[in-house]
Amino acid sequence: MRKRTSGPSRAGAEDASATGVMDEDAPPQATSPPKILQERRQELKQAQKNRLADLDRDALINIYHQMLLVRRFEEKAAEIYSAGKIGGFCHLYIGQEAVAIGSISAIRKDDYVLTSYREHAHAIAKGLTPESVMAELYGKATGCSKGKGGSMHMFDKEVNFLGGHAIVGGQIPLATGVAFAAKYKGTDQVTLCFFGEAAVNQGAFHESLNMAQLWKLPCIYICENNQYGMGTSLERAMSSHDISEKATAYDIASEFVDGMDVLAVREATLRAVERARKESLPTLLEVRTYRFMGHSMSDPGNYRTRAEIEQHQERDPIKLFSASLKEEGVLSDSEFQKIEAEVKEQVEKAVRFAEESPLPDPKELYTDVYASPIKSDQN
Amino acid sequence: MATQVIMPKLSPTMEEGQLSRWLKKEGDKVSMGEPLAEIDTDKATMEMQALGSGVLRKILIQEGESAPLGQIIAIIGAPDEDISALITQASAAKSAKAAAPAEQSDTGSQPQSKPDGAAATSEAKDVSGNGRGEDAQAEVVPAGRLIVSPLAARMAAESGIDLRAVSGSGPGGRIIKRDVEQLISGARIPATAAAQPQQRHLRAVEKLPFQKSATAQASAYRDEPASEMRRTIAKRLVTSLGPVPHFFLTTEIEMDRAAEMRKGINQLDAELKISINDIIIKVAAAALTQHPQVNASFQDKTVRYYEHADIGVAVAIDEGLITPIVRAADQKSLGEIATEVRDLAERARNRKLRPEEYMGASFSISNLGMFGIDEFTAIINPPEAAILAVGAMTPKPVVRNNEMVIRQMMRVTMSCDHRVVDGATGAKFLQTFKRILENPLLLVV
Amino acid sequence: MPVVTMREALNQALREEMLRDENVFLMGEEVGAYQGAYKVTKGLLEELGDKRVIDTPITELGFAGLGVGAAMAGLRPIVEFMTFNFSILATDQIINSAAKMLYMSGGQFKIPMVFRGPGGSAFQVSSQHSQALESWFAYFPGLKVVMPATPADAKGLLKSAIRDDDPVIFIEQERMYGQKGEVPDDADFTIPLGLADVKREGTDATIVARSLMVPVALKAAEVLEKQGVSCEVIDPRTIRPLDFETIITSVKKTNRVVIAEESHPFCGVAAEISSEIMERAFDYLDAPVKRVSGADVPMPYAKNLEDLAIPNVDQIVAAVRQVAYLD
Repeated sequence: MRKRTSGPSRAGAEDASATGVMDEDAPPQATSPPKILQERRQELKQAQKNRLADLDRDALINIYHQMLLVRRFEEKAAEIYSAGKIGGFCHLYIGQEAVAIGSISAIRKDDYVLTSYREHAHAIAKGLTPESVMAELYGKATGCSKGKGGSMHMFDKEVNFLGGHAIVGGQIPLATGVAFAAKYKGTDQVTLCFFGEAAVNQGAFHESLNMAQLWKLPCIYICENNQYGMGTSLERAMSSHDISEKATAYDIASEFVDGMDVLAVREATLRAVERARKESLPTLLEVRTYRFMGHSMSDPGNYRTRAEIEQHQERDPIKLFSASLKEEGVLSDSEFQKIEAEVKEQVEKAVRFAEESPLPDPKELYTDVYASPIKSDQN
Repeated sequence: MATQVIMPKLSPTMEEGQLSRWLKKEGDKVSMGEPLAEIDTDKATMEMQALGSGVLRKILIQEGESAPLGQIIAIIGAPDEDISALITQASAAKSAKAAAPAEQSDTGSQPQSKPDGAAATSEAKDVSGNGRGEDAQAEVVPAGRLIVSPLAARMAAESGIDLRAVSGSGPGGRIIKRDVEQLISGARIPATAAAQPQQRHLRAVEKLPFQKSATAQASAYRDEPASEMRRTIAKRLVTSLGPVPHFFLTTEIEMDRAAEMRKGINQLDAELKISINDIIIKVAAAALTQHPQVNASFQDKTVRYYEHADIGVAVAIDEGLITPIVRAADQKSLGEIATEVRDLAERARNRKLRPEEYMGASFSISNLGMFGIDEFTAIINPPEAAILAVGAMTPKPVVRNNEMVIRQMMRVTMSCDHRVVDGATGAKFLQTFKRILENPLLLVV
Repeated sequence: MPVVTMREALNQALREEMLRDENVFLMGEEVGAYQGAYKVTKGLLEELGDKRVIDTPITELGFAGLGVGAAMAGLRPIVEFMTFNFSILATDQIINSAAKMLYMSGGQFKIPMVFRGPGGSAFQVSSQHSQALESWFAYFPGLKVVMPATPADAKGLLKSAIRDDDPVIFIEQERMYGQKGEVPDDADFTIPLGLADVKREGTDATIVARSLMVPVALKAAEVLEKQGVSCEVIDPRTIRPLDFETIITSVKKTNRVVIAEESHPFCGVAAEISSEIMERAFDYLDAPVKRVSGADVPMPYAKNLEDLAIPNVDQIVAAVRQVAYLD
């Protein structure tokens, strides 16, 4: 892992070296990251195993359970979308699970999460029930946004999940504002803001990072670099490929993280959370990951080769983590099967719930437009 | 457990997909997420990923075939799993789905096929006012409307005032609040003047100023919005009888007094050389001034009423027929008409007419009496509304005062454009024409 | 009642509401140390401190979005645009985030915030700094749009906007900051949103005018009075939701309407009002509704051209005479 430090405000620089799995001389090359990752596979695997020791068994099982849950949940969602029961767009997260699960496992329940439209996993990780997420996908009244948001707009105020936002980069200023509010109110809540690497090209990213460091806001910007903005590769879209390096422009602490290693993500987030909570400082994490499915269910996928996808699938975050858990004896085969069965039941329950839930009442069309509607309004 | 592979929804708008290529054969190992087939959707050719792992046991649709969303197109299962029940189920579903749309289209096409028959078409049109077929009505309404502000219309309705009796003082003659207020306060026509709508209609027409014609010397005219009924009649009849739907009215006229008059005048002034035809022109012009509906022309959305009777007189020439026009015949003396007709006919035969001398009549007369024709029908020269076909004057026995007497009788047949002139309108004109021609003294009354 | 400028009235509203509610904060370019580009925020930094009054970088999209996020987390931000011309940079956050958040979250996240600043025509600052954008914002369900035309309205409405639980676009007319009027100094004084004000009563024609056009319409009404035409002048004050009731009631009385606005005519607020009158009071109209709008061109710089681009008293008088069939 690398920590870009140059300015005096690089809080947390010292502890950053503790997790280094990529040496300082071989920074991740955005031009051929998969190769680097492959060369380092054994090293990375060992690092993951080492991290296992830092967590108790229940926490590890919980992380594994969550990763498997969101994987199976989305596989089911894909199936249901194919059957035409889910409308609109459906952006799947398969392959990226380590990012949402790892980072959200590092925060408190009252901390905030905002993310993009590829958000099913973040929602479930933050504490939304699979039922309410599935029902939202179905456009049912029992969905987490009452069927008004859909796949791209999941919200739950109860668990401070502040939404999927569907304009690329749109959530970045919002998250900055949420962090601003926490600081204003004097709470020690932190805000996680997830976005893809394509959002980094938006002005909103740069405007937000500038304000966050200027006003010392407890916001953690997690760039999920899955290397494609829809069908356009990072190389074709960004003049300087090193995203974590961009933090330098705003004097923000940053790290590059292996996004296929759930515990690496968790640990990097923990460091950022500490910086945010104790010193009210932002951090930019570049988490290198890969999406195994298309951009959305209507993605023809002709912009990358099958071989490339397969190469990344060798480092499937769930496979990697389960292998480590197995080798270290955390979970036995029968326990794996038990979790698989539990997850299957959870997903099926969510589908049943969604199927059986009612559609929104037609009257709902005109509710929630205004918090304090005025009589003379047409609504 | 076996996984049914269904035709997936690969775009938000996709309804069916065509299987362009299977990427796996039956018996191949398949794992979750692996590409299974290529599907052509409405948007693109897309890879379909397997949503289950095992062996591709059965392919249910072949390359090039299409399937609706959700149809089972393959089965993935364990190598030794019994999938026969699934196959049966899938093929049953497939044939049911194939049948269903066919049935729908059978019933769906029935109402469509009906209007194809000619009988059905006219039947449908007869049912006026119900259904979209009556476009004419919807279009007609604005054209037939008086120009009136919504408020004035409401005030008039509430006070029982017929707006057609109101003259508008707003822009373009718009009837506005103050016009109705003046009426209510008794300044003009009382609110009860509701009788005889036909008359008021004519009065409203008279209020419109005459416009100059584009043709030099041709009669000025005023365009009055064609009423809804008039347009419906026009539209309907045209579908039946060409673009100008003719009908014919024939009457027999006693010509003794006209002939007497002609003789008398010509004795007074030998130069004049008045013909019976000249008298017919003069009488027709007189009758037209009393029946402006016949001195008119159908203009699709309006009916054009001419200020004067510009009467075309058909003249046979070697190459065919030409109809020079006696302009404002209603304003001219018999002598003037006679002189003019002679001159026009002469020049017509010599092909010396200027266009404005044979274009833009309001009414025409064709006389074949000199050829011994007793009676015939003439074809209207559009856009005129009528033409009078005049037969030969012949002595005939007729009954007068219970006695058989010989009279000079002449049969005339008027062809009318039914879009403008209705049967009764034409008949009334012809009645007047006959009355004057039989009593030519009426010309000077 | 004290007579103050609109600038001071707005300043009073900000101060009173910030003192009233700790969760209200003000941010924008030059609102603090500079005392406000138009001095509306004068003295607030000194009185309330830099936690509550925040000078931002020139980063409209960023701080507008930051404000929406802060509102999601329970604060009541007031975001000042130095002029509404710069809000164009922030429209993604105003429209896609602020306006829709409550709806797409199924009623969970209200956005109690105010976007405010000067708008409309200014004095010879040409096309990019002189434009009326209310029809843009009023188009979107979820937003409320307010445009005061007097110092008292400015104060009462801004206080209501700050207390309102929805995102409010509050457009102050740049040319009117110096306009004076009586303003209550009562901290409880508010004017409810969504309520039109009959600025002058009359019987022969209704003039609907907002913002800068209100004083122009009142002047036109005086001229017309001398010509024997009695005009009713209605100021909707809130553009969305618009108080159609008051307008319709007036139209039913006068039967003739002129709508004056400094914005472009195409797809404008006057077009909307006109349409509504046609739908709801058609049978009461004695003449077509007449609009008097700003010229359908970008705002020119030259003084004579600028004057031509903004509706004036003569144009409104002529329009009223036309609908009253006097010419």
